[in-house]
Amino acid sequence: MKARVHVMLKDGVLDPQGEAVRHALGSLGFSGVQGVRQGKVIELDLAEGTDEATVKEMCEKLLANTVIESYSVEM
Amino acid sequence: MKAAVLVFPGSNCDRDLKVAFERAGADVTMVWHKDTQLPEGVDIVGVPGGFSYGDYLRCGAIAANSPICTELKRHVERGGYALGVCNGFQILTETRLLPGALLRNANLKYVCRTVPLTVRTSDSVFTRAWNAGTELQIPIAHHDGNYRADDELLRQLEAEDRIAFTYNDNPNGSAGDIAGVLSANRRVLGMMPHPERAADEGHGGTDGRAMFTGLMDALVAA
Repeated sequence: MKARVHVMLKDGVLDPQGEAVRHALGSLGFSGVQGVRQGKVIELDLAEGTDEATVKEMCEKLLANTVIESYSVEM
Repeated sequence: MKAAVLVFPGSNCDRDLKVAFERAGADVTMVWHKDTQLPEGVDIVGVPGGFSYGDYLRCGAIAANSPICTELKRHVERGGYALGVCNGFQILTETRLLPGALLRNANLKYVCRTVPLTVRTSDSVFTRAWNAGTELQIPIAHHDGNYRADDELLRQLEAEDRIAFTYNDNPNGSAGDIAGVLSANRRVLGMMPHPERAADEGHGGTDGRAMFTGLMDALVAA
């Protein structure tokens, strides 16, 4: 079974990489891009029966730094 | 004074840190990341700069979960001292031994130059050699040194006199111009600038040397 973890910088944490992407889109002529936030997607290949609570524990302990990042889990 | 310097795959300031400790008179042991014990009687653990585990996932995140870091946490919980420089600072925030986090530099640039810092407190074994307000010239070399702390944490660090160093001319967007912070018990210091790279005449500056000699005086007397 697969799980997909999305990790994003929390709202209010400056994302300079997202800002750089926004600028680059502007220079390519895509007007109206008001904001870009860049995150990560982590795909986990898990043993059958692994529960969501375990994946959340993985997020808390390693996959996200909850001081600056939020995460969501798709099972 | 007995010091241990941790070595991770990708550490590259480990030997510089060893030399800086040794020149101050410390007995230094290098400790590999897979080791599960620190040498007997270690006073201070140095967590060096570099690119531990290739900065995979987040800078310092994998190192923070390595076997030796479990031992580092025990050492600190027992009241031991620790100094993290650059990637070492990132590792110390990832282990939560220090508060806050280090983000990509606000200008997205890797910054490698000598910068002026101000010592903010002399109340620690690391900074006792200086008076608060002393200006130092110390090299920085990092891409992810943008110290992130929310307003509440900033107020707390300020109120508890735990900001060790600030940048005079903020090179990376750090909150409160913070270049180095102390733990609540003042025995753990994390800083992005490299005092070990300003500890010998050959480095072009020796402003960092007093950190190591000060540590030696404090820890030998203790």
